[in-house]
Amino acid sequence: MPNLEEILEKYPFVQRDNLISILQDVQSEFGFLSEEAVVKVGKYLDLPTSKIYGVATFYHHFRFKTKGKYHIRVCNGSSCHVNLNSQIIREIEKRTEVKNEEVTKDGLFSLEETTCMATCGEGPVMAVNEEYFTNLTIKKVAEIIDSFKRLEE
Amino acid sequence: MLGKVNFKNKDFLIQNVLKSESEILEKEVKEKLGIIQRKNIDKPIITISINSTSIISGAHNLNKSINDYLIDRDIEADIVSVGSLGLCSIEPVISVQIPGKTQLFYKNVLPENIISILDGTFNNFIQEENVLGQLTDDILDPWEKVPFFNELAYFKNQQRLVLKNCGFINPESIEEYIAAGGYKSYYNVINKNTPEEVCDLIEASKLRGRGGQGYLTGKKWKIAYETPSAQKYLICNAGESDPGAFMERILIESDPHKVIEGIAISAYAIGVQKAFIYIETEYTLAIERIKNAIEQAKGFGLLGHDIMKSGYNLDIVIKRGAGAYVCGEETALISSLEGKRGKPHSKPPYPATNGLYNQPTIVNNVETLVNVPIIIEKGVDWYKSIGTEESKGTKVFSISGKVEYTCLVEVEMGTKLRDVIFRVAGGIKNEKRFKAVHIGGPSGGCLTEKHLDTLIDYESVMLTGISLGSASMVVLDEDNCIIDLVKYFMNFMQHESCGLCIPCREGTRRMYEILKSISKRPKDENGHTTLQRFKGVMQLESLAEILKDTSMCGLGKKASNPVLSTLKWFREEYEDHIFERKCDAGVCQELKTFEINIDACTGCTLCAKKCPTGAIFGTVKSKHFIVQDKCIGCGICFETCKFSAIVSK
Amino acid sequence: MLIEIDVNNKKIQAKKGETILETLNRNGIKVPTLCRMEGFSPTGACRMCVVEVEGKSALIPSCSHPVEESMKIRTHSPRVIQSRKMLVELLLSNHPDDCLYCASNGKCELQDLAVELNVCERRISGEKIKAKLDQSSPGIVKDSAKCILCGRCVRVCEEVMDVSTFDFYKRGNKTAITTSMNKDLNFSNCINCGQCIQVCPTGALFEKTNFDIVLQMLNNKDTTVVAQYSPSISVSLADELGLRQGKDVNGILNAVLKRIGFAKVFATAFAADLAICEQSAELADRIANDENLPMISSCCPGWIKHMEQSHPDMIDLVSTTKSPQQIMGALVKSYFAQKEKITPEKIFSVSIMPCTAKKFEAQREEMTHKGISDIDAVLTTRELLKLIKLFGVDVHSIDEEMPDNPFNTRSSVGKMVAVSGGVAESIVRTLNYKLTGKELSDLKITKLRGFKDLREYFIKIRKQQIGFTVVNGLKSANKLISEIRDGKSDIHFVEIMACPGGCVNGGGQPTCNDVKVLKNRSKQIYDIDDKEAIRVAHKNSKVISLYDEYLGEALSEKCIKQLHTNYTKREVLL
Ligand SMILES: Cc1cc2nc3c(=O)[nH]c(=O)nc-3n(C[C@H](O)[C@H](O)[C@H](O)COP(=O)(O)O)c2cc1C
Ligand code: SF4
Ligand code: SF4
Ligand code: SF4
Ligand code: FES
Ligand code: FES
Repeated sequence: MPNLEEILEKYPFVQRDNLISILQDVQSEFGFLSEEAVVKVGKYLDLPTSKIYGVATFYHHFRFKTKGKYHIRVCNGSSCHVNLNSQIIREIEKRTEVKNEEVTKDGLFSLEETTCMATCGEGPVMAVNEEYFTNLTIKKVAEIIDSFKRLEE
Repeated sequence: MLGKVNFKNKDFLIQNVLKSESEILEKEVKEKLGIIQRKNIDKPIITISINSTSIISGAHNLNKSINDYLIDRDIEADIVSVGSLGLCSIEPVISVQIPGKTQLFYKNVLPENIISILDGTFNNFIQEENVLGQLTDDILDPWEKVPFFNELAYFKNQQRLVLKNCGFINPESIEEYIAAGGYKSYYNVINKNTPEEVCDLIEASKLRGRGGQGYLTGKKWKIAYETPSAQKYLICNAGESDPGAFMERILIESDPHKVIEGIAISAYAIGVQKAFIYIETEYTLAIERIKNAIEQAKGFGLLGHDIMKSGYNLDIVIKRGAGAYVCGEETALISSLEGKRGKPHSKPPYPATNGLYNQPTIVNNVETLVNVPIIIEKGVDWYKSIGTEESKGTKVFSISGKVEYTCLVEVEMGTKLRDVIFRVAGGIKNEKRFKAVHIGGPSGGCLTEKHLDTLIDYESVMLTGISLGSASMVVLDEDNCIIDLVKYFMNFMQHESCGLCIPCREGTRRMYEILKSISKRPKDENGHTTLQRFKGVMQLESLAEILKDTSMCGLGKKASNPVLSTLKWFREEYEDHIFERKCDAGVCQELKTFEINIDACTGCTLCAKKCPTGAIFGTVKSKHFIVQDKCIGCGICFETCKFSAIVSK
Repeated sequence: MLIEIDVNNKKIQAKKGETILETLNRNGIKVPTLCRMEGFSPTGACRMCVVEVEGKSALIPSCSHPVEESMKIRTHSPRVIQSRKMLVELLLSNHPDDCLYCASNGKCELQDLAVELNVCERRISGEKIKAKLDQSSPGIVKDSAKCILCGRCVRVCEEVMDVSTFDFYKRGNKTAITTSMNKDLNFSNCINCGQCIQVCPTGALFEKTNFDIVLQMLNNKDTTVVAQYSPSISVSLADELGLRQGKDVNGILNAVLKRIGFAKVFATAFAADLAICEQSAELADRIANDENLPMISSCCPGWIKHMEQSHPDMIDLVSTTKSPQQIMGALVKSYFAQKEKITPEKIFSVSIMPCTAKKFEAQREEMTHKGISDIDAVLTTRELLKLIKLFGVDVHSIDEEMPDNPFNTRSSVGKMVAVSGGVAESIVRTLNYKLTGKELSDLKITKLRGFKDLREYFIKIRKQQIGFTVVNGLKSANKLISEIRDGKSDIHFVEIMACPGGCVNGGGQPTCNDVKVLKNRSKQIYDIDDKEAIRVAHKNSKVISLYDEYLGEALSEKCIKQLHTNYTKREVLL
């Protein structure tokens, strides 16, 4: 079990400008920002939790729920957009019944739209956890998602 | 990840390269340098380009395949990882160097190609379909029937200063960077020049900020330099939050030391002892490499305390962004570094006098900073000979969309847009027709065919009513809808606005809604809605005006650029959408009309049952038809029909 | 240093370093503002204050831009007016159209701007964000649909109150104002002070109203509806009722409340005198035993909640004496009920307060007695004004009346507790008498008056140096608390009021952003003290007889049971 105190120890100077870095570290350890973590960070930096919450919700990167077992990141960069990724995104949403920045009830899928993944030439692009899929078509997406669903059956 | 390079040649490089005064190198030095540069080799060297693009395309698997190959055949060879050549479309790229022969590059390499490629190379029987080209060399033997890099259209039409090392040197090795001439400018500057001289030099070079505004870098530095303060800060803005840009990411991944050198020289000039690199968390590889570069530079004594005995101290700290477009804006960026919400501030006061922690702070774009060592190395006069009267040097673009090659491009300022798109990037994919190019991301605008002869420099582009912005180019072909693209950017903006000021927060929301409504059929057909849609467009213009006039920061001020530029150049397409309700490109789904192909219809009645507005009529086993007036274009019937009898237009 | 600028083709003098807006205001030119607050640094968020400056391509926000030598400014050019109008229209396009039902109807800055800029047609329309109405808190209601995100509440709560309940949430079109972790207000660290209501330009923040229940009870024949009103409201009402500004309207108020139908009308000032007596006794005890010092005042419910959640280690130091409202409440349902032979259940006790936190206090479990709460409903001054209007009482022609027996006397001190420093000064007077048997030669203690955030006064009573400290606002309170934690020991009594300036500037008072008016309210109170004859709590005749007849002496068992309370640590997200 990762330890919040250990993360805080890495920031010996109690300065507000460490806030975002601390939250990033917390998130990469725990996967999300829990209320408990927010309170502890607040105590440590002597900041009201409302301010921490305000900062964390401002940035895309922070989440307050765990990711799904299959975390889908789909590129919504400009180039992928002109390569019709909106159809792809719609298909993903339809198949997984999850919308951007949400997690399914069973915790299986979560979806995140990202900016350019630097693979525009082979767009639309998506990643499920660390596995990438390029040159997506509606059919391909359906197959990919179904294959993950099948893994669960 | 390849292991860290240990400093085998540290003393050699410092003594004979950094500290050496003479122009001509001794033979021994030259030889040793050749080894570090991977020119004098006694066994084959294989390079694999490892960068964000190639990793997605599967480059990590290549390492193993190549290793297996070498072990199987008992060949002794080195594997080196390099950055990206800039040609993202053809990743993964590898190169093979055999003693005595020029370096030979292969494209689109998959693990299954390895055997044939390497077999071919080692046996002088080249696998043509994967060949990219070879480097020119005075001494080494060229390969037959393989094009030289400087013959390839992609390289021929570029002038690579910023990207010079990209794809060739190992980004994780400071030794290769120094051997390629790196850190020499930095060493010279801190030992020979006063900060003021450096400021003067940069001012004289007329270097302009590459982050969008095009403000004269030297002038900006001087303001901070002349503001008295014990602490000053330099921030390297590598936020690159434009959703379609990737040049800074690739640049940092491919040549991180150059970025460090740029920062170091600039910091010295401004009188800064602590510099920050602001980079997106998502850019994991770039962060890893720049971190490594900082460590190595420290190891070489190029950062830290009393650098190279010059008495100068410099610390570089990496700060990871957490995903917010507006944090590219300098004041918002500063708020973010202070651990706050990334809200911009009113200017004045400008960061140059009153920035991070209220101290004088210079925010510069990565590319701006990378230009600095180049100017120092080659001299102001040389630098000024490149580019146009007011825009000096080169500019890097990322080109994507419907082009043959998605790539990074570095061209001299003043190059024709046409050359960039059609020569360097290989023109439009799949023999389609060019429609437009969108430059500068969400704050940029669209140019059309008639602008293809526009010169790319700050002034000429400004004349067309748009700005270079983030310098990403997204090329559209005939299958793309302009309204759809503008809507996409407006949607982006309404989410990315910091939400502080009314015009930007509320204006982008309304503009998005208007765009959405004109790319959709009205629920009920009557003249009234057409009028409303028409009024909407009039409103687009006045909203755009308000955003420009009253928003606090550049995001709001420029959020309407895509709309304004397309209203100017693509008015007809807007009119088509509004009055004719048609999207010629067929992208706006909700404008589509549906018809039933009576030949295919079996009269199963499924579509009629599913239609939410009851627009489909027909009885069992008889041909069905759609009443267009009732149809809202939802497309449910299209998806329902099992006989593909429903066609969309 | 003076510089000259040109405004609307006229030359005017500006001071270097000030903002354009300051220059304009000094020269009598009005420019509309929304996000600006007097005494705060500008944020430049609303853009309502834009002006045209020659040579600049875009409009310039006058509230944050400094004046520059020979600037040419146009404050009301067509371009400027058009822009401001459009901004208001943009706000309105995302605003519920229910002004007629809004708590701020008639005193809404957004409404005023729409009128001022002649918005008379809905040109921009679109989807409106759906927002939650948060009615969970006993004091504050937050209707986010009406929020225009000016950020004023966020700043007051952080910079003045040092509580930081609110912050901005998300960004772009999802921006909102929320509490920590998006919790309902009753689970937040909000202390119900109501200062955010005071600054909110729209009806997005308002008090939880008890108006209807009071009306209903007034019509209920079986119930005796009793009113008490706070000493601080009589100085803020005059203005709103169309009487001379700052006039003390006690007499009129008694009559008005009677006219509305309250069976009995009491002044909380009586209970304040009693509270001062109890607290002085408590302080004397603690000094004698040298324990739990400094004693911290307990009359501000905002402070009490703050203390319970942020400084629970201070619980023992806080005086156990209830606040005047609750003392009166307890007496009404016991002593008064017995005397009038009414069962407490049949009494509906209403208190009229300048404070939204009092609504919270009335709900505290400690403030109920066998399931009956001592106070049944709290109205703010603003709600009272509505009530007066509703009953059509003409305040100009009404004859003044006295408050009702048995609580119809007060000393000037009973009034003085309404201003920051008043409690401390009152206690000095009574404590001195208690310890020496003599009155102070000069009752007026200037050192404890004024608007400074921290005021200290030391007095030698029977050879012992006794220190009194007054802190104004929670920010200074937090500072002082940490000093006490760190061992500050030269003081014996600390008065803390959450609202800056004390109850006269409470969150339930008529909204007023004019500092001059606020200062005048305090002056009015001190004038009463200067003029009146009975200036110490312990000389209030009915207080004396209440002790004799019913309570016994200060801190008697009965007193402890009825007039004192206790506090518990609160777990909230800080
Ligand atoms: C909305 C917005 C986004 C921006 N994003 C970036 C960015 O991603 N990278 C960048 O270098 N500059 C960005 N800028 C420009 C910066 O504010 C700033 O002008 C620039 O970093 C200055 O560097 P330069 O002088 O080297 O161009 C952005 C500006 C705005 C208004
Ligand atoms: S223009 Fe937009 S991004 Fe800039 S300050 Fe205003 S709301 Fe924020
Ligand atoms: S009532 Fe007071 S504490 Fe509560 S949110 Fe408003 S200002 Fe903050
Ligand atoms: S609640 Fe009121 S004061 Fe707070 S931001 Fe909204 S409109 Fe402004
Ligand atoms: S836009 Fe999707 S990878 Fe670049
Ligand atoms: S009052 Fe100036 S921006 Fe709001």
